[in-house]
Amino acid sequence: MSFLLVVLIGVLFAAGTYLLLQRSLTQIVLGIGVLANGVNMLILATSARQGTPPIVEGNEPPFTDPVPQALVLTAIVIGFALTAFLTALAWRLWTIEGHDLVEDDIEDRMVARRLISDHHRDVRDREDVDIDSSEDGSPA
Amino acid sequence: MNAVLALPIIAPLVGAALTIMFRHSILQRIISFTALSISLISAIIITVDVSRDTDIAVSRLGGWPANIAITLVADRLAAMLLLISVSLLVIVLCFAIGQGARDEHSPIYHPVYLVLAAGISQAFLAGDLFNLFVAFELMLMASYVLLTLDGTDKQIKSGVTYVVLNVLKSLLLLTAVGLIFAATGTVSMSELPELLAALPVGVRTGLNLLLLVAFGIKAAVFPLYFWLPDSYPSAPSSVTAVFAGLLTKVGVYGIIRTETLLFPGNQANLLLWVAAFTMVVGVIGALAQSQMKRILSFHIISQIGYIVMGVALGTKAALAATVFYLMHHIPVKASLFLVEGIVERETGETEFDKVGGLARRSGFFALLFMIPALSLAGIPPFSGFLAKYSLLRAGFDGDQWLIIGIAIAVSLLTLISMTKIWIGLFWGEIMPPVPAERVGILRHHQLMTLSSAVLIAGTLGVAFMANPLYEFCVGAAEQLINPMMYVKAVRGS
Amino acid sequence: MKTMRSVILDEADRWLFPVVLLVSVYLTFRGHNAPGGGFIGGLVASAAFVLRYLTGRHREDPIYEVFRPHTILGAGMLVSTITALAPLFFGDSLLESHIWKWKIPVFGELKIVSSTFFDLGVYILVIGVVLSILVALGIDQDENEDNPNEAPA
Repeated sequence: MSFLLVVLIGVLFAAGTYLLLQRSLTQIVLGIGVLANGVNMLILATSARQGTPPIVEGNEPPFTDPVPQALVLTAIVIGFALTAFLTALAWRLWTIEGHDLVEDDIEDRMVARRLISDHHRDVRDREDVDIDSSEDGSPA
Repeated sequence: MNAVLALPIIAPLVGAALTIMFRHSILQRIISFTALSISLISAIIITVDVSRDTDIAVSRLGGWPANIAITLVADRLAAMLLLISVSLLVIVLCFAIGQGARDEHSPIYHPVYLVLAAGISQAFLAGDLFNLFVAFELMLMASYVLLTLDGTDKQIKSGVTYVVLNVLKSLLLLTAVGLIFAATGTVSMSELPELLAALPVGVRTGLNLLLLVAFGIKAAVFPLYFWLPDSYPSAPSSVTAVFAGLLTKVGVYGIIRTETLLFPGNQANLLLWVAAFTMVVGVIGALAQSQMKRILSFHIISQIGYIVMGVALGTKAALAATVFYLMHHIPVKASLFLVEGIVERETGETEFDKVGGLARRSGFFALLFMIPALSLAGIPPFSGFLAKYSLLRAGFDGDQWLIIGIAIAVSLLTLISMTKIWIGLFWGEIMPPVPAERVGILRHHQLMTLSSAVLIAGTLGVAFMANPLYEFCVGAAEQLINPMMYVKAVRGS
Repeated sequence: MKTMRSVILDEADRWLFPVVLLVSVYLTFRGHNAPGGGFIGGLVASAAFVLRYLTGRHREDPIYEVFRPHTILGAGMLVSTITALAPLFFGDSLLESHIWKWKIPVFGELKIVSSTFFDLGVYILVIGVVLSILVALGIDQDENEDNPNEAPA
């Protein structure tokens, strides 16, 4: 496993994670793609037994271990389906909302709304008191 | 045995292919039902086989030798979970057909549902880690589609969180599988125990934690649970019932396999804390809610805590209790969601301040809610009590007083939120007002009621037949605690 | 509906479409012991369909009305699953493959492996999936809806 490959895997993981943390679903989809490629590279790089291509016709042993290649191929196919689905999801979100930004957690939003309304009530109460006191004619 | 082990996976897939091609709704129903019935029959045969003759059933695909072939393995735990899952899938299918219109109407509901069934069966039968990963993907892909089937605003928004989180989980699992392959040169669960035991401690712990995080996200344990209460409630009830009953349990199954077969007892302390926090967070989250579906979703989390607790204790009695808990929990949880589905169908709402007086409208329906609700809280005559009792007794034996205290407290809090649902929906004035001829709810949803009732009868059956079933669970625990039984069975066949 | 049509793209599609399909079939069949196979073949064939889609000529072809993407998808899946299932009826295990050999007078020996049918199923399935994706994400999506969005530039 060459040093360059290790660095590349690291870069792919970092870039993928960064994209995954974005608000826009399109960027998240790209992030998943990059991250998945990082994982695939990791599997190929760490677990491949080096040798000739694992094709029976016209090659001499020792063959490269075919199992990681089979694993990665399966993972790629799954990634293909996932990307298609996520893109459709992003498209649908865009049709409904006009943007593809991922919303805050529902619970967070509920708590935030409660906080805001509490705050408004507090402010209103305080203003009421202020008005009352000013009507009395006694300055605070 | 070869054919029977493969059928629960392949029959739904053939069914899925047929239902994609033929979009006539009655034809689709017949195909789905037939395919799942074939699965069910093979699951019954497998379970009978592992509980009587062979302890662990093994099948190698493609007729290849042991170290090359993809193997399907059914030990007692897998066989039991398979049987319960497929039965639940059949019952929920009937429920969805009864529900008609909304979710089942889409031409892709049936094919996707069948793919989900195939994925779940494959997850339980998989004999190697990579196959387990593929099964997860099959199952998750189907679940993504089912969750966003209507394509409404709300579903898409909560679907995004669910999908992204689960994709992340899949990538972690794939990384874990890849690194395990790199470290040992195999992904077969029958060869891994010895090879993993020979690794340095640091590598072992790293691989173990990576697997636990991946499965933990799926199982929704603390602190990886936050996606669940947001995404599950937005799906149609029949879909949520399957998700609640089965999907998280497949994650739990992964945790059980990791902690008993691959890394026996490696992270017991960590898991014990995880279990405690999961129970508490889930139940407290439920107390703050005022909508039936959200309350039930939080209770999924707290119940997972109990199961993980059994795995963490790790003794034979604790594992037997865990298996029994799974046996009790899957039908109970799913039936609560089915009851919720009927409420939603009848009233269009499950908010407490908009619905009321359901008990006055149909006493039998109230009973349908009460039995699984009391069972979930662990009240004596029902299966939940037996499951919790055996779990707590295993805790007593291990002198784990803290976790026992937490488990009992959480159980009481569960009772409180079940009472909350009862007071909110079933007592009081009839709301929203209904014309006199629609008072008896059940007359309008016969198939839905019937399938719920069958499932609830099943939960009563678990309580009624507790003794022989517990014997079976002890057998399953015996296999879990001796990984060599699994290894020998797979290699020797 | 259609405003701009590139003559070059049209001509390229006219000539490339059959060639690409032929290559895809070749890739599928050589996949038994050499690089290739159903998935790769299917992807290459789908590339041909995507090219045709880009030219917009798929609207003129009545065959798209007969074979809907979901039918193709289902058919491919059916062929694959049946091939996987078939050995069970002969007492073998799932996915087991069988080899037939015939001597044909002029052409020499013909060897058919049952897993070829599995590959063919995958080939059809992949084409079905890609066509479904085109339907789901393509421009037709807009036209199907009552209220078409302003298409992004």
